[in-house]
Amino acid sequence: MSYLRIDHVDKIFASGARTTKVLEAVDLAVEKGQFVTIIGHSGCGKSTLLNIVAGLVSASAGGVVLENRQVDTPGPDRAVVFQNHSLLPWLSVYDNVRLGVDKVFAGKKSRAERHDWTMRNLELVQMTHAKDKRPSEISGGMKQRVGIARALAMEPKVLLLDEPFGALDALTRAHLQDRVMELHRTLGNTVMMITHDVDEAVLLSDRIVMMTNGPRATIGETLDVALPRPRDRVALSADPLYLECRRRVLQFLYERHHYVEAA
Amino acid sequence: MQRVAIGFGLASVAGVLLGVIVGQSRWAMRGLDPLFQILRTVPPLAWLPISLAAFRDSYPSAIFVIFITSIWPIIINTAVGVRNIPQDYRNVAAVLRLNQFEFFWKIMIPSAAPYIFTGLRIGVGLSWLAIVAAEMLTGGVGIGFFIWDAWNSSRLSDIFVALAYIGVTGFVLDRIVAAIGSIATRGAQAS
Repeated sequence: MSYLRIDHVDKIFASGARTTKVLEAVDLAVEKGQFVTIIGHSGCGKSTLLNIVAGLVSASAGGVVLENRQVDTPGPDRAVVFQNHSLLPWLSVYDNVRLGVDKVFAGKKSRAERHDWTMRNLELVQMTHAKDKRPSEISGGMKQRVGIARALAMEPKVLLLDEPFGALDALTRAHLQDRVMELHRTLGNTVMMITHDVDEAVLLSDRIVMMTNGPRATIGETLDVALPRPRDRVALSADPLYLECRRRVLQFLYERHHYVEAA
Repeated sequence: MQRVAIGFGLASVAGVLLGVIVGQSRWAMRGLDPLFQILRTVPPLAWLPISLAAFRDSYPSAIFVIFITSIWPIIINTAVGVRNIPQDYRNVAAVLRLNQFEFFWKIMIPSAAPYIFTGLRIGVGLSWLAIVAAEMLTGGVGIGFFIWDAWNSSRLSDIFVALAYIGVTGFVLDRIVAAIGSIATRGAQAS
């Protein structure tokens, strides 16, 4: 039995009498410690799928099983890093992370331990220097780092990343990708990430899940990326296996399931 | 002045709580909003006879009139504020499994605070308006009575002094609430 299993998930959105089947028979198994990326054109329901795993949206049919237990409500064991960081603007960087720590470890860790744990996680993303700043006072990349620290601090079984670098400039994005790779290597988290960036997908993942276009989207193909870790983006850019993986994803996205306007 | 404090304080607490309920639930909104809109337009002084009949004393009646006048803008603004809590914050709360109580204090109040304080500022102005008018009718104490008394004894200049006093006090009350608001909502605006 795999660690995380998405079992025949359908999602139907109903608005009045009209119903749209967004996802159909999505089936996916993720092993512990694996970094899985879901890629697809916008509107293919990949965010919906992530929200179903997170428990924020409920599946119309099928379900999600994590460590042999079905999950259908949100919880800190599936921490989400949202695309737009979603930090609470009235709390400092420290308090944003601490809020999660206090909630998850209430009664398990003492006050001092919770403080240390909060600081440890801020250290992981190198944000200790700005711990007393408010989200409005730090840059977009920093906010996203705090968002990652908040999620990591909950010690999730699965870390869910919803296009975490989508709103960032290319250089900041590359820097954060390296950080996430490093964190994944040291902590060994199981990660599920959504992206529409082919390079990002190939660079970060152990497995790439390609989704067909919606409506009635499902998994079109999965691709194992057998590149050794740690990976270096510069060295990889000429690696034949890397280029081959990249080509296959591009082929899937642009030749077989090209983006249809107003799909 | 003390009556304004009591009446307005009660209205703040009750108004915020009711506003939260109305803002959180679509059904409460549909059911109660028309009622609020009807009651809101009733002039403050129209409540005075009823409250005098109910309390048989001018002191609690005045408090009641202040309460009933200032509560509506507080309810309505709080409800709008609660309805405007971004889905992102709700998602965060859901992932953290915050319970109702924690959600109320840690997400709802800070997020809706700018709206709540707008309501409170309108409310405090209205309550000051109401008490002066109510005092004119109930008589005996207060600045409203002072004006009426001055009119009856033809002291026109006293009336002007009283009007200036009322205006300045209203202004000060507004600024106090606004100042508390700006301290309380520091950083609440989303970046």
